[in-house]
Amino acid sequence: MESLSNRSKVVSNRKMNLWEKIYLPAVIIGLSVTIKHLFKKKVTIRFPEETRKFSDIYRGKHVLKRDDEGRERCTACGLCAIACPAEAIIMVAAERKPGEENLYREEKYAAIYEIDMIRCIFCGLCEEACPKEAIFLTKELVPSEYERERFKYGKDILLEPVDPGKRIDISKRQTKEVLEFKKDKSKRHNK
Amino acid sequence: MITRYLFYFLSILALYSAIMMLISRRQIHSVLYLTLAFFAIGGHYILLNAQFLAVVHIIVYAGAIMVLFLFTVMLLNLNTEQKSPKKMSAKIGAIVSGGMLMIVLIAILRTYDISMTHDPDLTQIGLIKNLGKVLYEDYLLPFEISSVLFLTAMVGAVLLGKKEQI
Amino acid sequence: MTIFIIYKVFLCSVILILSLLVAMYSTLIERKVAAFLQDRIGPDRAGPFGLLQPLADGIKLFFKEEFMPNTADKFLYILGPSLTMLIALLTSAVIPWSIPVIIGGKIYPLQVADINIGILYIFAIVSMGVYGIMIGGWASNNKYALLGAVRASSQMISYELAMGLSIISLAMMTGSLSLKDIVEQQQGFHWNIFYQPLAFLIFLVCAFAETNRSPFDLPECETELVGGYHTEYSSMKLGFYLFAEYVNMFVSGAIMATLFFGGYHFPFVDKLGLSNNTLAVVGFFILFTKITFFGFLFMWIRWTLPRFRFDQLMRLGWKALIPLAILNILITGIVILVR
Repeated sequence: MESLSNRSKVVSNRKMNLWEKIYLPAVIIGLSVTIKHLFKKKVTIRFPEETRKFSDIYRGKHVLKRDDEGRERCTACGLCAIACPAEAIIMVAAERKPGEENLYREEKYAAIYEIDMIRCIFCGLCEEACPKEAIFLTKELVPSEYERERFKYGKDILLEPVDPGKRIDISKRQTKEVLEFKKDKSKRHNK
Repeated sequence: MITRYLFYFLSILALYSAIMMLISRRQIHSVLYLTLAFFAIGGHYILLNAQFLAVVHIIVYAGAIMVLFLFTVMLLNLNTEQKSPKKMSAKIGAIVSGGMLMIVLIAILRTYDISMTHDPDLTQIGLIKNLGKVLYEDYLLPFEISSVLFLTAMVGAVLLGKKEQI
Repeated sequence: MTIFIIYKVFLCSVILILSLLVAMYSTLIERKVAAFLQDRIGPDRAGPFGLLQPLADGIKLFFKEEFMPNTADKFLYILGPSLTMLIALLTSAVIPWSIPVIIGGKIYPLQVADINIGILYIFAIVSMGVYGIMIGGWASNNKYALLGAVRASSQMISYELAMGLSIISLAMMTGSLSLKDIVEQQQGFHWNIFYQPLAFLIFLVCAFAETNRSPFDLPECETELVGGYHTEYSSMKLGFYLFAEYVNMFVSGAIMATLFFGGYHFPFVDKLGLSNNTLAVVGFFILFTKITFFGFLFMWIRWTLPRFRFDQLMRLGWKALIPLAILNILITGIVILVR
């Protein structure tokens, strides 16, 4: 079989000659290899100060979007919970009371919406399943914690702020192709 | 003055560790006490202004031979506490050989003339240069013969260590 | 007399603190060098460039749990690391750090003890070094520790021989065993490395083996023996073992610089017309630079070469280095005779 990388070497068990038996030339070659690395560019990223450049469509922490008037989009339909392969999403639905129209877009809303970040595998299927464009994955990372309980992210963390200046931009995840793909029912994971 | 106190200290240390070497139950402790005794004797050499002898004594006995002993004792894992030998003949043999050694020592000490002692600070024989001159000029033949003896011992050790029968 | 004793005690404590400080920072430099050779940065969180890292490590070691195996020999278990540390620190007594300083018409030599058998003293102390490891390894009553101790002892005995034989040729050439005389003979550029390159090579390899540094770190090789002789040790007792290794590195670097690289001498420095005391300070820094280079060499080789197998180690020691050293003695003898 032909080698694909052309880097393989044939192993031979021939006896070493005197030059090779001294080992010192080989040692010096090895030392020169390592000393070259002393001056090479370092690959380390000092994390809190520097961050790695993320892709625009990185799948990180979730956000629950509001619509343009600041109302919650989620209607607690539960499709995301069903789509979730890790069973990380829990929600409790509630009916919108009169006078709450400026808070919730539809008559039904999620009173409790929790994602267990330990279970979540950040696959993005919840986002794909959502018919209301309410849940998206963002570039933000889930920070580490000392207690397991604190990884259960409720609406207090997930919901984006009402203030238009602090809205989370997810337009990169909503390109035309993505929307087109979402409309195509035949490509759905959950049929 | 300090040398006198040092002498007493080293002597007591040497005697104590030699006795402890004989009576301690675990072999490892015996080996370590013997090493301590060698160190004390090395200290005596320094008091006699024989630095070369002291250092060589420590290198050879404490540094090489006792390490080999320790090595062997560890390797054989003689952790079990030593029982006193059962055989009567071994006991009698030990008493006889010890008694003979004592006779030899008494004989030496009887003929020893106390006025022969030299002041160690004046003789300088223990310093490396003088010692080398004496060894290679006055006592060349015994020195070479002892080196041949060592060589013989080495050859013997190699022969014993070989696996196949010769 | 009193001034003499006070001065010696002062010099001893300075050298003690110096070697401990160097050993402390060697741990950081080791990690930094390892990181840089692997295209990483290394510890940089504690203080600027991680300069406080050794301090943090020390505090950590002090506060860790003191563990002692139930079946351990209590006294020997504590004696092991203490002995290792003591012996590692003892060697620096005969190293001449620089030319004597003259203050108020009095000469203060920067050497703790100028004994006429300096090299032999170093050998005596180095041959003691194995006791700490053996006692610690045996006293832990653990099979890995015992194996590590047994390996350490056989390795150190084997390489001591080659080390001693390599130095004999040097002693034949210089005609003295006092380190001070050897350094003085190398004034200018008459470094012994140019006359005895083979002896230096053998000495270097043996120094690696004696300090248990890679590629000869079989007594503590992690892949086979967990931690080797210090498997059961924790807290500052472990710290002593690890620390002693760095002290040993520092001292053996100093010995190599003294014996083969002219010690505190550097060509043309003594012709600059500096005053005696300035020259002493400059000489000390020259020696220190050389030691630092050897320290770096130790680390550089550690992060380049893989570990030897035990039979290879023994073969190298007994079948390669000792015959080479004897050959070197023979050649040196012939050259001295002919000249």
